[in-house]
Amino acid sequence: MKLPHFEYEAPGTLDEAIALLVAGDGMARPIAGGQSFVPVMAFRLAEPSMLVDLRNIPGLNKIEIGAEGVRLGAMVRWRDILDHAGLKTALALLPEAIEHVAHYQIRNRGTVGGSLAHADPAAEMPTIALTCDAVIDVVGAKGKRSIRAGDLFIGPLMTSLESDEIIVSVLLPAWPATRRWGFQEFSRRRGDFALAGVAAFYDVDASGLAQNAHIGAISVGDTPLRLTKAEAVLNGRKIDDATIADATAAASAEVDPNGDIHASARYRKALVGTLLSRALNAAANRKA
Amino acid sequence: MKPASHHAQNTYIGGHIERVEDYRFLRGEGQYLDDVSRPGQWHAAFLRSPIAHGRIRKIDASAALVMAGVHAVVTANDIEGDIPTIPFRRPNPTIGPYAQPIIAREKVRYFGEPVAMVLAESAELAEDALAAIVLDIETLPPVIEREAAMSDKVLLFEDVKTNVPTVFNADKGDADAAFAAADYVIRDTFYTQRQTALPMETRGLLAEWDAKLGKLSVSGAAKLPFFNRKAMAKMMKLPEEAVDYIELDVGGGFGARGEFYPEDYLVAFGARKFGHPVKWIEDRREHLMAIGHSRECSSDVELAFRKDGVILGMRGSLYINIGAYVRPNGMTPVRNAAQFMSGPYRVPAIHLDAYAFVSNKTPAGTYRGPGRYEGCFFIERLMDQAAAGLGIDRLEIRRRNLLTHTEMPYPLATVLPSDGRAETQCDSGHHLEPFELVVHDSKWAEKSALQGTLIDGRYHGIAIGSFIEGGASGPQENVRMELHADGKVGLYAGSSAIGQGLETILSQIAADYLELPMDRIVVFHGSTTYLKEGWGSFGSRATVMGGSAVLDAAKKFLAAFRTHAAARLGVTIEEVTVSEGVARTADGRSVPLSEVIADGINVDGSFKNQTPTYTYGSSFAHVAVDAGTGHVEIVDYVVADDVGRIINSMTLHGQVMGAAVQGFGSVFSEELVYNDEGQLMVGSLADYLVPLASDYPVVRCHSLENWPSPTNPLGAKGAGEGGIIPVGGVVANAVANALSSFGVKPNVLPLSPSRVWEMIEDARAKV
Repeated sequence: MKLPHFEYEAPGTLDEAIALLVAGDGMARPIAGGQSFVPVMAFRLAEPSMLVDLRNIPGLNKIEIGAEGVRLGAMVRWRDILDHAGLKTALALLPEAIEHVAHYQIRNRGTVGGSLAHADPAAEMPTIALTCDAVIDVVGAKGKRSIRAGDLFIGPLMTSLESDEIIVSVLLPAWPATRRWGFQEFSRRRGDFALAGVAAFYDVDASGLAQNAHIGAISVGDTPLRLTKAEAVLNGRKIDDATIADATAAASAEVDPNGDIHASARYRKALVGTLLSRALNAAANRKA
Repeated sequence: MKPASHHAQNTYIGGHIERVEDYRFLRGEGQYLDDVSRPGQWHAAFLRSPIAHGRIRKIDASAALVMAGVHAVVTANDIEGDIPTIPFRRPNPTIGPYAQPIIAREKVRYFGEPVAMVLAESAELAEDALAAIVLDIETLPPVIEREAAMSDKVLLFEDVKTNVPTVFNADKGDADAAFAAADYVIRDTFYTQRQTALPMETRGLLAEWDAKLGKLSVSGAAKLPFFNRKAMAKMMKLPEEAVDYIELDVGGGFGARGEFYPEDYLVAFGARKFGHPVKWIEDRREHLMAIGHSRECSSDVELAFRKDGVILGMRGSLYINIGAYVRPNGMTPVRNAAQFMSGPYRVPAIHLDAYAFVSNKTPAGTYRGPGRYEGCFFIERLMDQAAAGLGIDRLEIRRRNLLTHTEMPYPLATVLPSDGRAETQCDSGHHLEPFELVVHDSKWAEKSALQGTLIDGRYHGIAIGSFIEGGASGPQENVRMELHADGKVGLYAGSSAIGQGLETILSQIAADYLELPMDRIVVFHGSTTYLKEGWGSFGSRATVMGGSAVLDAAKKFLAAFRTHAAARLGVTIEEVTVSEGVARTADGRSVPLSEVIADGINVDGSFKNQTPTYTYGSSFAHVAVDAGTGHVEIVDYVVADDVGRIINSMTLHGQVMGAAVQGFGSVFSEELVYNDEGQLMVGSLADYLVPLASDYPVVRCHSLENWPSPTNPLGAKGAGEGGIIPVGGVVANAVANALSSFGVKPNVLPLSPSRVWEMIEDARAKV
């Protein structure tokens, strides 16, 4: 469990960082908080030639709340999100979900950009990004581009990022004040990776019916998932027990999780429904 | 027997005394193995079998040997003659061929078995080199589970023709006659999962060879340094005096750490062969595949009752998966499960067969409460089912069968073949006392209304169970007591400190009997350099055995003080009395202890005892089960035990509560899962789920000292393991009680969320 040999640089600018990644020819890796990737290296599951530490690059750790929404710099740490008073009203789903990230020490180190780039389907941030229609800004040797969350996550621990691209920030579009939301996650111990998790929100129209339903699921697929069939159940209906029961059934039916040493596939499939039911009840009962 | 204390009050013994060790630990001054390094030391890393069962064709280390910083690669070919096997601690006539060789030569028999050792300039370089060794192994069919193992279709040891090294029989009375005469019989099958003790500090060793003196020094000893010294000397073909075992601070043992493992020999072999100190720290991944596993036990057992709920007999079979080899203590859980399944209950007729079978998994050993946790789970589940079947209250059926003081000493079943402890008996006690205390303190009467009730989406349930805990493993313990130049009393103990507060306990006992303040006592422990012979800390023995040896030494120490003082005062010994560190004559003259330093006091004390103590107690659980997620919350947990005599209520409660929480890990989350190929699927603490500090906030405990043990002058009993023993049975019964409307039978552990939910779903599907 000792780290393999690697070179280490901590450049002061994005341009320098990108140059180092280009020079690494696919074998250099950017590193932020190191809470996921360093253990991967210790298990010798990855042996990069160089780690390019982003910690000295200024401007990547801002949380900005504006008309377009919430922009989180890639080096924003979980602790920054939890300590930020404005987020609790601007996008309450986000701190609620981030509360579930691992443990105290890890939340002090882990970063938004690192989690998105690591693309673990059992992690909170990728599913929150997907559920909220987030857009991820990256920069690389060929310049800047913006990637929709749905296009970023392409497999377990796999993204559409090029090896010389660095995540700069993520934009979570602004929420109307009347949005209803819920977040539920279940793990074997507090702080463990979720056996399953659900993030859900919807808007209520003038006639009291749900619209624009978004449901994301954690840890029940190779990537973060949107539960589109369950969303379709909600849209245009009043969120009552019957609707919730239908959405719950739809959610369980549309996921096809794997079993592992912690839980059977059958259990996980049902758990998604249970958690969605609880999330929707919380959403419906929440004071707007 | 009345406790030997001559102090009515104002004693350290029995107090709530802070641990003397903690000043050092809390200041970061603990000295663990990883804190120790030597100039010129090499680091070891082990190449381990990547498959469960196979035949080694070739090991090619040439690419590793040319890597910078790599000094050597040791394989079985470097061992001259036969590969040494690790000696048994508790031998029996049939286990010889199953002993573990210290390195695999022809065959590998478990995932993680050492096949080569790299010695390099750093641990990192040693680990790098592992990847460069080419290991060519022919795969053999793996034997993973009971059915495959016991069929003997594929043999682990072709020469012995069976995968079952020993079947232990536990017998008492005529079990078949008891069942023939029974009004009611309850029979069921159970399973406790494979686990490990998981001490916080992984294993590690630093071996040094002094070629001039021909001496081997091994730092990193724990649990039983003197036995391991003998084992090492035997395997190294060295005189015993040529081997020293040095005990540093130890971050937990729990029965697993400190036994002799293959790496222990190989690290020492490297130091001796190459003349460099060799250091090895086990990483957590290899810890999970290398240290002793335990608890993998299935059973098919039955209890016979009279219609009034009185137990007439117990019968059945236990099947214990002991892994690929019989390790030094590998048979202890097997024979214990058979002998102690009757636990605290009056069971007049017993016949149990306990099968130990080998498989292609990591070899097993002891883990806190070995065999007793398993047996307690089985019988407590049967007791609750019998109560329902007979229509008797769950408290009442226990009251009718718990042992009372009028029956002491109470013999348990005799276990054969004998490992030296075929017969044993509960030494003292009245089991109804802690039971009624728990009934009262848990508010059982009030909470009875909860049973199976759904409140805010969760089903509530309660249960109670009882246990016995064996302690005071023999045969002997030694201490030496010496007056130091600074006037302090050095206490050199054969007992080991594995994190349990040994220095505190022994200091309390010595201080009381010497009538000195505790800070005048300095304890040195666990190293073979202090004493000619010692035993260590296992089987909940250090307080009883080590503490009683301290009494013996203290008596001799005071006698020596009197002798020296009498000489200085020019009187006979009889004319001198000693109290609080001062020798006095009737006419008022005195000599303080500090004045006889030059005369020298250095005395040996010992305590011999082959009779175990039996702490006993009861525990209660109130659980709330979330049927949607399968999560079980421990709403309340109460445990009471009678330990004969309380030495330190604070460390005692630490033991009991810590053991209870460790037990919750056993019931809910810890499991060493293997796949069908025999690969261990658990590689880190993200997979092996030990309880976290915040998981189980409510554990309450009470300690009694109503019935001192007659086996030792302190009247004390071992108390390090009892807390874990009842947890499986009590929690499973509480879950069954909570889910009584579904009729589920939680007979398979662990009660993971997934398993609890599936039990409910399957029960719903049947309706």
